[in-house]
Amino acid sequence: MDTALSIGSAICLLLGSFLCLTGGIGILRFPDFYTRMHAVSVSETSAAGMILIGLMLQSPDGIVVIKLVMILLMVLFISPASSHALAQSAMRHGLKPWLSTTVPAIKNKHNETASDITSDKGVPPSNL
Amino acid sequence: MLIAATIAIIIVMILAIIRGVIGPTLYDRILAVNMFSTKTVLLIALLGFVMGRPDFLDIAMVYALINFVSVIAVLHFSNDFEFRSSAHSDAKESKSMEEDS
Amino acid sequence: MKDLLAVAMLSGIYGLLSASFFVTMDAVDVAFTEASVGAGISTLLMLTTIAIVGRFERSQRHKPSLALAVTFFTGVLLIYGTLDMPYFGSPNAPANQHVAPQYLNDTVLGQDKSVNQVGVPNVVTAVLASYRGFDTFGEVAVIFTAGIGVLALLAVVRRPEEDAKIAAINESMHQKNLILRIVIKVLIPFILLFALYVQFHGDYGPGGGFQAGVIFAAAFILYAMLFGLSTARRVINQTLIQILAAIGVLIYGSVGLVSILNGRNFLDYNALSSDSIAGQHLGILVIELGVGITVTSVMVIIFFNFAGRLENREANESVTRNISSDGHVTKEKL
Repeated sequence: MDTALSIGSAICLLLGSFLCLTGGIGILRFPDFYTRMHAVSVSETSAAGMILIGLMLQSPDGIVVIKLVMILLMVLFISPASSHALAQSAMRHGLKPWLSTTVPAIKNKHNETASDITSDKGVPPSNL
Repeated sequence: MLIAATIAIIIVMILAIIRGVIGPTLYDRILAVNMFSTKTVLLIALLGFVMGRPDFLDIAMVYALINFVSVIAVLHFSNDFEFRSSAHSDAKESKSMEEDS
Repeated sequence: MKDLLAVAMLSGIYGLLSASFFVTMDAVDVAFTEASVGAGISTLLMLTTIAIVGRFERSQRHKPSLALAVTFFTGVLLIYGTLDMPYFGSPNAPANQHVAPQYLNDTVLGQDKSVNQVGVPNVVTAVLASYRGFDTFGEVAVIFTAGIGVLALLAVVRRPEEDAKIAAINESMHQKNLILRIVIKVLIPFILLFALYVQFHGDYGPGGGFQAGVIFAAAFILYAMLFGLSTARRVINQTLIQILAAIGVLIYGSVGLVSILNGRNFLDYNALSSDSIAGQHLGILVIELGVGITVTSVMVIIFFNFAGRLENREANESVTRNISSDGHVTKEKL
């Protein structure tokens, strides 16, 4: 029984780490904000679930399991909600998704300076 | 196994910091902070198990909450930021539009 | 970096990072405080300030090189100074030899059955609330003074005719925040419950009045941000919360007065009960309650006044904003 538990938890933890790493590579390598956010939010929820389940299988007593379940529930609630709010706010402030077919977008992407205005294409509509 | 997961999470945190520093838009930075703090939650939970101190889970829970509060705060006030900066950036942007055309 | 918002984001990362350091050094209570205050509330207040004063830094006339040189020099001196310090966790360090052994004996190990025994499992709480009770009283007074200062400087005079405008703005937020509002409605009871756990579990685990107060305030602030200030004002009465801020300090101080009246020193909790350990427990519980009440109400006061200024300006400028957004639309069509 103990070996089964530890093997299960090891599998969960490894899977979680792998998902985590994919998210990390995604946030660094993807071309624009929306694809990055997709990579992060999808991998984040599943990675957190996997790692926390892996820890639950190892935990010594009941109260620890309950706390882990609370953290898991909180992450499952909070992470998608904040991703949703982030994407909505970015869209509302006129950050346009990057489309691979439009050549000017690519050009713009490469010409991006460090001026750090939320959108470098056109005027952001402040109130939609 | 716990150690391996911890190391993976630390690597991901470093990647998130890199994105937060270079991130061209503000939203990339918010995304990086958001990801960083979720990873901090996981890291603290894992460290609690590595060091045999289940007390740490309380801190992890606080982090999950605080993360949410700060992301919501940034988005809530971003309307005001946009509004305040519009006068500042209008001239610049209209100039760049002229250049484009 | 000229974008203050990006700077605020990066400092949030810094807060998270330093709390991770505290966790790895096993300083659980410090990490808890850093998590709730350093990464949470201070980022929040920075954001409100930036929203009031504007997002971009003005271009500077003076050169920052002198300041940079001074900072660098001081940093080098400080690092040089740390070379003389004992190693981390060394048993011969002065910090581990002065009063710490006695505190540990009295609280955790419980070997020394002296009169001053506290009998609280969490050493940090014992030191903070019992041995150094007077210092903590000073800290609570500082927080209270900060709240009064914010009230004196930033308090907004609300005119009833503006309420309609503000309510209209809040209505317009409804569609935008629908999903977040539902999530928050589910979460807030758990946040409050968790804050109570932190408040009253402080004797046994990490936590205490300061952290619990901040978590409480975070729940109210979340509510105020998503449902609008005028709705939140109906939930949290402003006069009541100002009175509560004072009541917290008074609870703390009156515990001290009770022990004086019983013929002991100020804040000597042994006077509260015939059994000294029970007295200590009661005293710590009560003063933590006072700390929690004060911290919650001061944080809520600060946030409401900051955000209230913002909201007033928004209501005044809503006309201007409509015009400017029209301007945007026409420009886009062109």
